[in-house]
Amino acid sequence: MRVVVQEEPFDLAAETAAFAQGEGSSGAIVTFTGVVRDLDDAPLEAMEIEHYPGMTEKALHDIAAQAVARFDLQDVLVIHRYGRLVPGAQIMMVATAARHRRSAFDAADFLMDYLKSRAPFWKREITAKGESWVAAKDEDEAALKRW
Amino acid sequence: MDILYFAWVRERIGLPRERVDSTAATVAELVEELRGREERYAVAFSDLSALRVAVDQELTDFDAPLAGAREVAFFPPMTGG
Repeated sequence: MRVVVQEEPFDLAAETAAFAQGEGSSGAIVTFTGVVRDLDDAPLEAMEIEHYPGMTEKALHDIAAQAVARFDLQDVLVIHRYGRLVPGAQIMMVATAARHRRSAFDAADFLMDYLKSRAPFWKREITAKGESWVAAKDEDEAALKRW
Repeated sequence: MDILYFAWVRERIGLPRERVDSTAATVAELVEELRGREERYAVAFSDLSALRVAVDQELTDFDAPLAGAREVAFFPPMTGG
């Protein structure tokens, strides 16, 4: 299990290759990557992500450990960035390794639902028109009830 | 104890963290003390349903006891991922 919180970009290909290395007993590896997306109404100049150093690492470890126990994972990787990110930049990734694909997919889905609403990150969108905090969505909170 | 503020809570109060001497028994009592300080606190804490709280870096609720707590953080609902 590996959890990384960092400001600098990560190398998706290298991280995925390193994660897959030595997972011979797994049979299934799923990765998900979140990317900064342009807005519908105004061009996004940047997204700034604030976090709670200390609690962030604890919360991510806790969520990852829950995923391992619940989906019988062989391994899990969570990388989440903070700071100023431009459209197209990779924000975060998760990778899961399990004996069978259903567990690997479900675990990645579970991780994403929990990272959205239970990891202490806050996003701020910066456009030519101004800046605003991204509001949490009711559906994100509701998504946790699936589990 | 140390009180930390994040995102728009930090902006409304105007600082990221501060040291507070408090005898509050619960988070809710601490919020009442803070509200009584200055207008900016009253504004930031006007709607608790828009806020989340962590005590010693564990997410909890406003009824949580503060005995022995070293760090209390207030912030809006999280938007990770």
